[in-house]
Amino acid sequence: MPEPTAKLVCRNVWKLFGSGAADKLSAMGGRPELSEISRAGLVSAVRDVNLDVREGEIFVIMGLSGSGKSTLVRCLSRLVEPTAGEILFNGRNLLAASDQEMIEIRRHKMGMVFQHFALLPHMTVLENVAFPLEVQGMARLDRLARAQEMVSLVGLSGREDAYPRQLSGGQQQRVGIARSLAVEPELWFLDEPFSALDPLIRREMQDEFVRLQSVLRKTIVFITHDFDEAIRLADRIAIMKDGAIVQSGTAEEIVLNPATDYVREFTQAVPKAKVVRVSSVMSKDVGLDGLSVPSRATVAEAAPLFLEGANSLRVVDEGGKPVGTLHRDDVIHLLLES
Amino acid sequence: MVAANSKSPISAKGPAGSLIWGVGSVLFLAFWQLGSRWLPWAFEYPKGWTIPAAQWIGQFMKWLLNEAHFGLFTFAELTRFIAAVIDFPYRIVLSLLSTGFLSGQGSSAEQILPPVAWIAVVAIFALLGYLAEGRRLALIVTGCMVFVAVFGQWSSAMVTLASILVAVPIGVALGLLLGIAAYRSAWVERLLQPILDLMQTIPVFAYLVPILFMFGFGPTAAVVATVIYAMPPMTRVTLMALQRVPSEIRDLGRMIGCTRAQLTWRVMVPTAQDALMVGVNQVIMLSLNMVIIASMIGAGGLGFDVLAALRRLDFGAGLEAGLAIVALAIALDRLSQAFVRRPVRETPQGSWPSRHPYLLSALATILVAGLAGSIVPAIQTYPVGWQLSTGEFWSDVVKWINVNYFDALEAIKNFFLLNLLIPFKRFLIGLPWLGVVAFLVLAGWRVKGPRLALLVGCLGFLIAATGQWEKAMITVYLCGISTIIAMVIGVPIGIASAERPRLWRWVQVIIDTLQTLPSFVYLMPAVMLFRVGDFTAMIAVVAFAVAPAIRYTALGLRGVDPALVEAGKAMGCTPRQILTRIKLRLALPEILLGLNQTIMFALSMLVITALVGTRDLGQEVYIALTKADSGRGLVAGLAVAFIAIIADRLIQAGAQNARLRLGISQVRT
Repeated sequence: MPEPTAKLVCRNVWKLFGSGAADKLSAMGGRPELSEISRAGLVSAVRDVNLDVREGEIFVIMGLSGSGKSTLVRCLSRLVEPTAGEILFNGRNLLAASDQEMIEIRRHKMGMVFQHFALLPHMTVLENVAFPLEVQGMARLDRLARAQEMVSLVGLSGREDAYPRQLSGGQQQRVGIARSLAVEPELWFLDEPFSALDPLIRREMQDEFVRLQSVLRKTIVFITHDFDEAIRLADRIAIMKDGAIVQSGTAEEIVLNPATDYVREFTQAVPKAKVVRVSSVMSKDVGLDGLSVPSRATVAEAAPLFLEGANSLRVVDEGGKPVGTLHRDDVIHLLLES
Repeated sequence: MVAANSKSPISAKGPAGSLIWGVGSVLFLAFWQLGSRWLPWAFEYPKGWTIPAAQWIGQFMKWLLNEAHFGLFTFAELTRFIAAVIDFPYRIVLSLLSTGFLSGQGSSAEQILPPVAWIAVVAIFALLGYLAEGRRLALIVTGCMVFVAVFGQWSSAMVTLASILVAVPIGVALGLLLGIAAYRSAWVERLLQPILDLMQTIPVFAYLVPILFMFGFGPTAAVVATVIYAMPPMTRVTLMALQRVPSEIRDLGRMIGCTRAQLTWRVMVPTAQDALMVGVNQVIMLSLNMVIIASMIGAGGLGFDVLAALRRLDFGAGLEAGLAIVALAIALDRLSQAFVRRPVRETPQGSWPSRHPYLLSALATILVAGLAGSIVPAIQTYPVGWQLSTGEFWSDVVKWINVNYFDALEAIKNFFLLNLLIPFKRFLIGLPWLGVVAFLVLAGWRVKGPRLALLVGCLGFLIAATGQWEKAMITVYLCGISTIIAMVIGVPIGIASAERPRLWRWVQVIIDTLQTLPSFVYLMPAVMLFRVGDFTAMIAVVAFAVAPAIRYTALGLRGVDPALVEAGKAMGCTPRQILTRIKLRLALPEILLGLNQTIMFALSMLVITALVGTRDLGQEVYIALTKADSGRGLVAGLAVAFIAIIADRLIQAGAQNARLRLGISQVRT
C-alpha cells in the first residue's frame, strides 16, 4: 500500500507570548528550554512542534488543559500567528500567505468546530449553517438549499427555524458540525467538540462523528483532553505536554510502548485488548486450519472466538492470506496484564 | 507587570506600610501647624505663579473660530456643516411632533400638514410597549404620556422629545463607531480612555460656552451638548460588549473567512447586541438628564419651562414641568429596558404587511387620527379645557410649610451648618495646598505605585497652579460631607435589604426610579424648604448620590459566595458574625466601588447646585457660562474633573488591592 500523502505538515512550529517574542526566540538560538523561555519573560504555548496529517485520516492531538493544544490548532489555521516555523497545507506555506489569500483558503478549504459551539445567537439553525456561505456571497436560495442538506446530514431536520438557545448542547454541536461542513472543507478542525457535553451525549456524538467520517472521508485534526476519546476515534494520536509533543503514533503504538512516564500514566487505565491488534500478539507460524481472524482486528474483538473451544486461531490479512497464528495463552496473558 | 502588581498590596499591608503612613501623617500635621511661618507660599498659592490657562483657552477659541483652517475647509465651515447635519432631521421630527409642516417663513407661515395627533403619539407609545413586553408595559407608558397631556405639558414635551429623538441616534451611532475603533486598535483605546474619563467627569456647564460659540444659541447647540454628554457610556459599553464576545465566536468569524467589515458588522456587533442595548438605554437616560441644562443654550421645551420656573421661584409650575420630564423619562427608560430584555423573536414569514404588523398599525393610527382630528379638534390637540394644574396647590403647600414650620426648618439647617458644615469647610480651606498634594502623592504611591503618584500629584498641582485651590476645597468639602452622609444612610439600607429579598425588591424599584429622575428634580424640594445655600445643596446632593451607595452595598453582599456563608454557619457563626466577619469583608471591594460611584454622582450634582448659590468650582463654571467666558469655565470644569479623577483612581486602586488580597478576580457590574 502506498504511503498516503501528507495534507498538512507542521515543521518546528513555536508560539511564545510576550513582547518581542520572535526576536528573543532567535536570540536564544531557536530551541530554548522551558526555563530559558520564562527567564526571557515569555510564556510558552507551543514548542517546536513537528507533525504531518495525512489525507483522509483522523489525527488527534491530546493533552490536558494548558498543554497548548488549543493554541496549536489555532496556529495550524493561522488564527494565532506562530512565532516561528512552517505550516504546509497541500505543500504550500500558510505563513507566507497574504491576508486575502488566507480568507480565500479559510472560506473554501477549512472548517472548524468549537468547544462551546460558537453559534450566533441572533440566527436560526438554518441561518447559522448557511452563514459561511453567506459570507462568501453565495445567493440566498443556493445557500439555504445547501444548508438544508447539511442540517439533514446531522439529523436535525425539523429544527431549521429554532434558535440556538432553544436547543440542547448535543443539538447545538450538531449545528456547529453542519456549519463547518457546509463549505465542503478539505481540512476539518475539531477543537474539543464534545468536551462540553454530558457523558452519554458525548458517546452518542462520537458514534455520529464516526458515521459521518465513514461517509465524508475528510482530513481531520481533532483536539481532545480525553485519552479514551482519542483512542476511540484516532487513526494517529499526538500527546502534548507543556507545549511540546511527547509522543505520536497509533493508539496501539502508544499503549504498547509509552515513550515517557507521563504517557504511561494515561495508558495504564486503558484495557489493552481494546487497542492492541491481533497482528501485534500473533506468532508468525502459518499452516493452521480452523477459525480465522483479520490481522487488523483488536484482541478484544478476536477473544470471543476462543469461547468455541479452539486453542489457536488463524490470522489472515486483508486479502484473506494467512499471516500467522493467534494463541489462546497470548491473549489471556494480554488480558491479565492490563 | 503582573508580578509588580501582586506585590504591592502585600507590602502595603506590612508593618513597614503602616510606619510610612504614620510618618507621613505626622509630617503633614507638623507642616500644617508650623509651616505657615517659613513657607507661606505653600499655604496660599502665589498669584504671580498662576498659569494663565483660562486666557490661553480663550485665545485658542478665538483662533479656532476665526482662523483655523484644515486645508479644504475652515473650522467655522466644519461646525456649520455639523449644524446642518443635525438641523435637518431635527426640523423634520419637530414638524412631525410639534409644529406641523409649514410653508413660508416666520409669522406668515402657513401650516400645510398638522403634526401627528396627540392621540396617535400616545397610541404609538402604547404599541411600542406592547411590542416590547406586553399589555402591562403598554399601560404604563400610556399612563405616562396621558399624564403629560393632562397637566398641560404636551407641546413642551413634544419639543423635548424631538431633540431626544435626534440626539439619541446620533449619540448611539457615534458611540458605537468610537467603541468599535477602540476595540480594533489598542492604540485608539489608549488614546480614548483618558478622553472619555474627562468627558464623563467634566461638568456639562463647562463645555456649554465653547459649544455656544461654535453653534450659536438654539436647538442645534443643545443637541450637540446632549450628544457629547450622553455618548461616552455608549463607547465604553460598546468596547466592553465587544471584548466580552466569546473568543470562539471571533475565531469562528475568521475561520469562515470573514473580511474585517464582515467580522465587525455580521459577527461581533450582532452577537453583542443585548449588551449594546444597555448602552442605548444609558444614552437615552443621559439625554433626558441633559434636558434642563441643554435648555440654557436654547433647547426649549420642558427643560426651558423648569429653568424659567426655577428662576422666578415658581415652584408649582417648575414641579409640573419637572414631573413631565420624569414621566417621559420613565416611559423611555422602561421601553428601552424592555427592548433589552426582549428575547430574540422569530422572524415572521409571509408578505410585507404580515411581517410588519406594528409598523402598519402605527401608520394607520397616524392617518386615521389625522383625518379624525381635522373634524374633531380634541383628537388633534389635547383641549385646554381638560387640562389640570396643581401648580398653585403645590405653591400653597410650600407656603404653608414655610409659614408654619419655618423656625423648625431653620433650626435644623443652622444646627448642621454651625456644627458640621462650617467647621469642616474651615478645616479644609486652612490646609496647605503643598501638604495636601504631597499627601496625595504618598497615597498614590502606597496604593499603586509611582505612576499613580505622579498622576494625582500633577492633577493636584494643576488645580493649585490655575488658581482654583480655595474653590476646589469648597467643592471637596461639600462633596465630602455629602458622600459621607450618603454612605451613612446608604450602607445600612444596603445591608438591611441584602438579606431580605422582598425588601430588596422594593428598594430596587425605589433606587431605579431615583436614578431615572433628572438631577434638577432633587433640587426643587430642597430649595422650597431650605431656600438657597450650602445646606440645600447638600440635601440635594445626598438625595441624588444615595442610590449607588445602597446598590453597590447590597449587590456586594448578595454576591458573596454562598459556600463561604455556609462554611461560616457550619462553624457556628452567629448571623452577626457572618455579616461582620465574612460578608462585609468579602464585599469590601464592591462597597469601595459604591463609594467611588457615590463621589462621582455627588460631584456631578454639585455643579448643578451652583444654581442655589454655592461658592465652589461649580459656581465658577456657572458664572463663566453666564458671562460666556470659555476659558474660565473650562479651567474650572477641568478642576472638577481632576478632583473626580484623583478620587476615582485612588479608590479603584484600593478596591483592586482588596480584590487581589481576597483572591476575587473580577467584580460583577
